[in-house]
Amino acid sequence: MNVHLKPIHEIRMTRPDDGIAPGKPLLVVDNISLAFGGVKAITNISFDILKGEIRAIIGPNGAGKTSMLNVINGFYHPQEGTITFRGEKRSRMRPHVAAHQGIARTFQNIALFKGMSVLDNIMTGRITLQNRNLFWQALWRGPAEQEELEHREAVEHIIDFLEIEHIRKTPVGRLPYGLQKRVELGRALAAEPSLLLLDEPMAGMNLEEKEDMSRFILDVNQQFGTTIALIEHDMGVVMDLSDRVVVLDYGRKIGDGTPDEVRNNQDVIDAYLGVSHDE
Amino acid sequence: MLYREAGDFKTTYSLDQQTFPIRSERWLFWLFIAFAFLVVPFLINDYWNKAVLMPLLIYCMAALGLNILVGYCGQVSLGTGGFMAVGAFAAYKLMTSFPGMDMFSVTILSGVITAAVGVLFGLPSLRIKGFYLAVATLASQFFLVWMFNKFAWFYNYSASGQITAPERTIFGYAVTGPNTLPWATYLFSLTIVFVFAWVARNLTRGRLGRSWMAIRDMDIAAEIIGVSPLRAKLSAFAVSSFYIGMAGAMFFANYLGAAEVTEAFGIDKSFLVLFMVIIGGLGSILGSFLGAGFLVLLPVLLKNIMVNQLGWPTDLAAHIQIMLIGGLIVFFLIVEPHGLAQLWRITKEKLRLWPFPY
Repeated sequence: MNVHLKPIHEIRMTRPDDGIAPGKPLLVVDNISLAFGGVKAITNISFDILKGEIRAIIGPNGAGKTSMLNVINGFYHPQEGTITFRGEKRSRMRPHVAAHQGIARTFQNIALFKGMSVLDNIMTGRITLQNRNLFWQALWRGPAEQEELEHREAVEHIIDFLEIEHIRKTPVGRLPYGLQKRVELGRALAAEPSLLLLDEPMAGMNLEEKEDMSRFILDVNQQFGTTIALIEHDMGVVMDLSDRVVVLDYGRKIGDGTPDEVRNNQDVIDAYLGVSHDE
Repeated sequence: MLYREAGDFKTTYSLDQQTFPIRSERWLFWLFIAFAFLVVPFLINDYWNKAVLMPLLIYCMAALGLNILVGYCGQVSLGTGGFMAVGAFAAYKLMTSFPGMDMFSVTILSGVITAAVGVLFGLPSLRIKGFYLAVATLASQFFLVWMFNKFAWFYNYSASGQITAPERTIFGYAVTGPNTLPWATYLFSLTIVFVFAWVARNLTRGRLGRSWMAIRDMDIAAEIIGVSPLRAKLSAFAVSSFYIGMAGAMFFANYLGAAEVTEAFGIDKSFLVLFMVIIGGLGSILGSFLGAGFLVLLPVLLKNIMVNQLGWPTDLAAHIQIMLIGGLIVFFLIVEPHGLAQLWRITKEKLRLWPFPY
């Protein structure tokens, strides 16, 4: 059925290029602070994500990593600081606006649409790229169907890429955990994001599934040129995959740099292993 | 031999995502539609029209509308009766203010007016969910009925407070008023239901439908992938009320002929349509039809068996009928909580392999 698929670079023409040269900052987080009442989740954090890189955000539990992602895609609004995405400083915005600007994400606890099939879930990921109005959708025949088929073809590419052809019509609620994680990645990829946020993509997976997922993440980064920010607890994975790592602890940044730099940073070692109080 | 997908290969995506992917199923569907359009009008009499077919078509329409809101978008509504009243009164005002307007336009415009009212009462859904939203829509039910009773302008200051449909014709045949022919009202309603069921199918399988289902299944994730909750929820309220308004217009103009708001569009209508949607299957177009069919046809069938066949007294039959239907609703919900549509889906799965399941 997939013999006559167009090559992938022809499909990926729907979203205009973000206009940032590789290696230049795609997203700059400047002095962000976020508090819930008296609880300070994030304090004065600054870092940047360069176009084309894989940026890892690590830290012990409760360090503020997921809060940081929530700030980036507009789900939380920080009390202080600015976020610059694609060279534009951003004011308060709703998550769906961030999605339209090209930020996609997966969740720590899978957040798929349980009642829908794999195909529909991934098609939903392309919602920001579809724009036929109510009238054409009601009519179906003609422009709406044509648009639907174009997007279906793009989605089939993603299904091929993630090797989930056999389950495309299965309701996602029936799938095992590892496959659900893969479908969620597919849904995020379907939006053709310039920045992909992955919140613990390998949590709860066995070694084989982790290897598969790592391969997918590297392929997404290299084939599609997508910039990726990921949160992950498996240090082996983080050190192997990422170009640069930012380390958070108790809502503060305690380290930033290449995996090697971070590995030898005393603050990071202390945060992970604890400090001895004897001396 | 009836239900086989062997040899039915899909070579394009457009073939793969059609409504009835299996050839025999497609044939059955079109045979059924042809029967409904070409054969039934010649067989129909006044009893079948008034007792069976018209209520069936009208409740199918209302159930379709409510299913879009509750089943597809996950917003619980108990305001169906009120919205049907809006449709009915809109139709009445349109018919009396613009005598030249044809009935198709009247029905569709009544739907449009109801859609606007629906959006208004859908605004609370942006802040509240679940049971709390149900209570908010319940308020709309009582408010709308009160409003149509209170302001005499809505019923043109008639002494009885009733609204009565004047006669309107389509191609010279009366579809409203006292001189209607059974087959004319039937064909009129069937056409509207058929066209808008097709529209509902189109809306639910495309971008809009997916944005509704995304909001239903996981609203936070939906927002993060780019669905605007405001647009998704309000469009669901609008489309749903559009259908319910048209059902209300047909209920008043083509079926009842004259209506009094408290009696015709009370809270019991809201519950009845909600039960149809739940029993038929949430989030399924077919389910809307099955649910409406179940709750409209079963009482007629039971009454016929008990009164006409067994010769029981009418009041005894009426009581037993209520108990039987209540019992059957509970039975079906226990056997298949996802409704009759799911039952049909499972049957189809089994039929694929029948008679050799291994």
